[in-house]
Amino acid sequence: MAIRLFRRKGEGERKIKTPEGMWIKCNACLETIYKPEVERNLNVCTKCNHHFRIPALERIRTVVDEGTFQEFGADLESVDMLVFTDTKKYTDRLKEAKKKTSRKEAVITGNARINGIDIVLGVLDFEFLGGSMGCVVGEKVAVAAEQALELRRPLIIFSASGGARMQEGTLSLMQMAKTSAALARLSDARLPYISVMTDPTTGGVAASFAMLGDIIISEPGALIGFAGPRVIEQTIKQKLPEGFQRAEFLLEHGMVDMILERTKLKPTLTQILRFLESPAGK
Amino acid sequence: MILQSLDFEKPIVDLEDRLDQLRRADDGKDKNVREEAGKLEKKIAKLRKEIFSNLTRWQTTQLARHPNRPYMLDYVNLCFRNFLEIHGDRLFRDDPSIVGGFAELDSEKVMLIGQQKGRNTTEKISRNFGMAHPEGYRKALRLMKLAEKFRIPVITIIDTPGAFPGIGAEERGQSEAIARNLLEMAKLQVPIVVLVIGEGGSGGALALGIGDEILMMEYAIYSVISPEGCASILWRDTAQAETASEMMKITAQDLKKFGIVDRILPEPQGGAHRDHKAAADTVREALLESLASRKSLSVRKFLDRRYAKYREIGRIKKKAGGA
Ligand SMILES: [Zn+2]
Repeated sequence: MAIRLFRRKGEGERKIKTPEGMWIKCNACLETIYKPEVERNLNVCTKCNHHFRIPALERIRTVVDEGTFQEFGADLESVDMLVFTDTKKYTDRLKEAKKKTSRKEAVITGNARINGIDIVLGVLDFEFLGGSMGCVVGEKVAVAAEQALELRRPLIIFSASGGARMQEGTLSLMQMAKTSAALARLSDARLPYISVMTDPTTGGVAASFAMLGDIIISEPGALIGFAGPRVIEQTIKQKLPEGFQRAEFLLEHGMVDMILERTKLKPTLTQILRFLESPAGK
Repeated sequence: MILQSLDFEKPIVDLEDRLDQLRRADDGKDKNVREEAGKLEKKIAKLRKEIFSNLTRWQTTQLARHPNRPYMLDYVNLCFRNFLEIHGDRLFRDDPSIVGGFAELDSEKVMLIGQQKGRNTTEKISRNFGMAHPEGYRKALRLMKLAEKFRIPVITIIDTPGAFPGIGAEERGQSEAIARNLLEMAKLQVPIVVLVIGEGGSGGALALGIGDEILMMEYAIYSVISPEGCASILWRDTAQAETASEMMKITAQDLKKFGIVDRILPEPQGGAHRDHKAAADTVREALLESLASRKSLSVRKFLDRRYAKYREIGRIKKKAGGA
């Protein structure tokens, strides 16, 4: 039996062959690991601590208080206004992504609570066209920021994205401007924005809302950068150093505030939210 | 400067060359020569109109990158007075791919910031072909904050293949530098006028591109990724760049339709590279108009408008139907 469960960072999809359904092979350390235990461990390898990519819904489950997530913007869908076709039609790509994820777009937004603290949450879904930001993702992130401003709540966004969505052309580029402008207002209102960059966060998402957090957190080993490693290698005609553009590299260069293991995420988010909470709510 | 011509410009340039020869031979006595020259002029005008009214997006891309096209510093010399360059981000180094400083446009004081590609090989290398590192964007932001402090409007000029993809750029936070500019420009308390003169290359262009009014030269392009980059990722074949440029719809006319660009500035016949002075005159007037139209607005008002402008860009549909 073959289970396609996780995807190794930076690589394409890989099917993991297992002898029995309960055992899977970690594609980082190549050890065979017990699936229920890995799941209990928030999809982190029990042998090597490799953080597997997880779908947006699962992320929400692991971070917010049970039963508190209330989604908004779920009805927004992308439009193929450029009538874009590469090796496939954009409309077909959208259809496939919807079918694969049972979601309409690459970000889920909503109100939620973390250890009793009201927040607005956005989670990008790498499973949906690589978490790419088109007009809908831009709109939903902007709405989330505006919602946080209106309700005077902190905003938390989990990123997982290859960048702007090419099939929506310059309109998708402009979503970088839209989301950043919305965050500027949130910032001026002195409301906390926490950005969590998960594997991978690159391109137009890294170069807009993901890098604008008051606090920027990353998961271990996450690929984070502006340009993709392949593009850089082609440009400078040089092999890239080991660990280049990984979370640890960014921490060392002062670009992220901290790296948190998945199991530490919720308690630390809680600590940060409590610390930044303003006493009178103003 | 040696005039270079693109493939599709060739038929025009050939005729112009013939006209040149005729004129040189014209001693003012031969009526036939003058008649012939007149005919040739008409023919050239007709051919140019034919070619330039049916440009493909790929041809426009080539015009936007034309080696003879006026660059940022050409406009600085032709439109502005008393330019005083200010260097460095005061953090790491001076990035020569972005140029900024004080300038005067007629009697208006402005902070002028733009990307410079470099004309000859030496300049191209020193300016890194107009591809900035984080320190370039940070210098730009420093100058914008300076302008804000002294209530001086900002003009940015965009002409870049994109932000530089390199090891140092990543180490020093290319994404952070770009993101920071987007956020700060969205709330900068002085008017910002943006002019795209050649290539608007992705996030590297947008990092100077948030403003109250976005002007774009007739044959400039502005895209989320270069046609070559798009072709290499989606088609896995850079030879598909032409198709990618058509698909992405990256011309001034396209972007005006999408509400991204506010005004298209017409270029001289045959493109800005054929007449730098004429292109500069158009730019000068357009910039003056843009500045004048912001003057009477309160800070609150133009910031609200700026926000609304970006807030509205995009096409989506709601499940319930209707776009
Ligand atoms: Zn492992």
